Amino acid sequence: MTEIRSILPLSVNGLCFEARGKRLVKEATFKIEAGSRTMVLGANGAGKSLLLRLCHGLLDPAQGTVSWNGDVSFSKAVRARQAMVFQRPVMLRRTALANIEYALKLQGVEKAERADRAYSVLKRVGLGRLADQPARVLSFGEQQRLAMARAWAIRPEVLFLDEPSASLDPSATHSIEESITAIAEEGATIIMTTHDLGQAKRLGTDVMFLHRGRILEQANASDFFAGPKNDLAQAFLRGDLLWWKRKAPYPGGGIEAQKI
Amino acid sequence: MDEFASAFQAAFQLIVSLDSNLFEIVSLSLQVSLSAVLIASLIGLPLGAALVLFTFPGKRGLVVMLNALMGLPPVVVGLILYLLLSRSGPLGVLGLLFTPTAMIIAQVILITPIIAALTRQVVQELWSEYREQLMSLGCSPSCAIRTLLWDGRFSLITTVLAGFGRASAEVGAVMIVGGNIDHVTRVMTTAIALEVSKGDLALALGLGIILLSLSLGINATAFLLGEFAKKRIGA
Repeated sequence: MTEIRSILPLSVNGLCFEARGKRLVKEATFKIEAGSRTMVLGANGAGKSLLLRLCHGLLDPAQGTVSWNGDVSFSKAVRARQAMVFQRPVMLRRTALANIEYALKLQGVEKAERADRAYSVLKRVGLGRLADQPARVLSFGEQQRLAMARAWAIRPEVLFLDEPSASLDPSATHSIEESITAIAEEGATIIMTTHDLGQAKRLGTDVMFLHRGRILEQANASDFFAGPKNDLAQAFLRGDLLWWKRKAPYPGGGIEAQKI
Repeated sequence: MDEFASAFQAAFQLIVSLDSNLFEIVSLSLQVSLSAVLIASLIGLPLGAALVLFTFPGKRGLVVMLNALMGLPPVVVGLILYLLLSRSGPLGVLGLLFTPTAMIIAQVILITPIIAALTRQVVQELWSEYREQLMSLGCSPSCAIRTLLWDGRFSLITTVLAGFGRASAEVGAVMIVGGNIDHVTRVMTTAIALEVSKGDLALALGLGIILLSLSLGINATAFLLGEFAKKRIGA
């Protein structure tokens, strides 16, 4: 039996993305190693979600490369080793169980194995009793847990999470975080955007801070939260609002946006 | 008024007594329209979905044309098909003129654009919701078409029923290419037109009642399917 080659590390080099003539991701360069849990932080519009979509192959970059263990072609095999959970869960018009079975079918999992595997993962996110319910009538929190279960079921090597607990209450957030931790403990590499600094501290091993499409800081999570080097990252951690216009003085610390 | 009432009474008698002439016409009508709907669905459903998923030069023009073809005048379709199928026409050798097959072809031409255009709208809405998720799961375009058609099945049944409604109510094209030949190509709509011109209102009304019942049945089915879909899959 041939050993399946890992798709990691992920190497991103000079990645840019443009929409309507505006550059929204600017020369992103970074490397993500297997087993890390990278929290992508930044204000709204910083380009966090775009960066995830570019890495996951949902968007085509204007410039730069995304390389999965040296493979820049984004082959079917590379895709099959990844999963993504979106901020707003997308549920197919079928039961909770069938939503997971569908993902497994696309992964080429044998029909006989699909139901058991889907049900097992549903139980792990606490939705076993809702297996036969139409997915779209579940509550928002349940749908997000189902989206986590769907991603979990395909046993991804890399899991992208785009603000998976945005708009969820603390209980549902806790449940999502438990799932993320469990998936990571099974060996998945996590790349996740969040606005919740507490969550980033709880889950992250590494942090990437973005502002206006540019990565301003990448660091070990404990170092970052102890004291980021970048002025804007410091302001972000203080909870200051990063919304001022170019050249206007920064209300909290006198930083000028033209430094960006 | 008396004439109207007696025509109704005679019509009900024809229906209740299962008049063979009446039911022969109804049976042929259903055969022609259902065949046309089946063929048009096999073409229109994937075509409408493909128009959403694939990008190619001239796509917008094709969409505009498809929408315009929804209002295709039946008599014009009938006339063109007549010219093609007539003995001196390019397809005359097939000997299809004045046969139920010619009527099916006419109806397919009329309802395929309806089914394809309405399918495109349904699938477009679903695709904007599903696109990223399906791409993330590694779903190929052909897999996406199958998924979107399946997940949109209840809305698409309404689309197909709309096509059936148009086919079963169509008179101009089938009259021209079918010839309204008794026991051969006479369907409900052409029979109603003929019987009215002959003054046999009972048969015309009997057929009209059945046609209306079919229309009502189609709408009721579409409504019930929609309600069922809401309950069953949260559509």
